[in-house]
Amino acid sequence: MSIEIRMNEENLLAKISGELDHHTAAAMRTELDEKINGLNPHKLLLDFSDVSFMDSSGIGFIMGRYKLMKENGGVVEVVNTPRNINKVLKISGLDKIITIGRCKNEDN
Amino acid sequence: MKIINEMKISFPSRSVNESFSRSAVASFAILLDPRMDELSDIRTAVSEAVTNCIVHAYGDSVGTIEITARILEGNIFYIRIKDKGCGIPDIEKALEPMFTTAPEEERAGLGFAVMESFMDKLTVKSKVGVGTTVTMQKKISRR
Ligand SMILES: Nc1ncnc2c1ncn2[C@@H]1O[C@H](COP(=O)(O)OP(=O)(O)OP(=O)(O)O)[C@@H](O)[C@H]1O
Ligand SMILES: [Mg+2]
Repeated sequence: MSIEIRMNEENLLAKISGELDHHTAAAMRTELDEKINGLNPHKLLLDFSDVSFMDSSGIGFIMGRYKLMKENGGVVEVVNTPRNINKVLKISGLDKIITIGRCKNEDN
Repeated sequence: MKIINEMKISFPSRSVNESFSRSAVASFAILLDPRMDELSDIRTAVSEAVTNCIVHAYGDSVGTIEITARILEGNIFYIRIKDKGCGIPDIEKALEPMFTTAPEEERAGLGFAVMESFMDKLTVKSKVGVGTTVTMQKKISRR
């Protein structure tokens, strides 16, 4: 599990790799929130293309960053979600409050 | 239903074991030759149940989590996840989507909803102060 964070103009890009669960979310949360609070980006882009696993802890993780960004007057966008993760996202109804972009080659 | 094969693991409720336990159960499920999406469903459902034992059942303490997985007659995969933690006072309420007793820990209250939708059958038995047992079943397609 790793997270690569960089600033691109007004946006903070965070590329997450590996498995996103309760165990791995804890460390990533600390690292990412520090950057959000320090850099105060307009938009947080969470790139999920290399996330191989996610359960409901990942939903909590996205929701938590959504709340923090909202408090700071910003928005969150999730991009490149693989198929197995779309299934979990669908149950959460998160797509009603956050823009979610699926992987181009995924149809569901 | 006739048990064709069975495995058991038990491990302490440390969060590093979330990935270990879902992978161990998935490795056993591979014997049924599931499709990728079926295997992914099983992995996610196990992760939900095990995380609940770690986060809710034992909280700040460390206890034992026991998993029994079976292959039943008719291509059915059976999993039982058992803890001896705090127990659930109102199971019906706990099963409701978005219900969580730990919102401050960024829990979405969706674990049971995920288990229910990813598996064919979900049963929760619990007693306050004694523990919780979650059993799930999924029919694996023949191919
Ligand atoms: N093994 C358990 N022992 C004690 N309480 C449990 C157990 N499993 C679940 N619960 C209770 O049931 C509630 C609902 O569980 P569920 O997994 O659906 O949501 P959550 O764990 O709170 O959030 P999420 O799974 O989305 O991170 C929990 O908040 C907790 O109160
Ligand atoms: Mg849960």
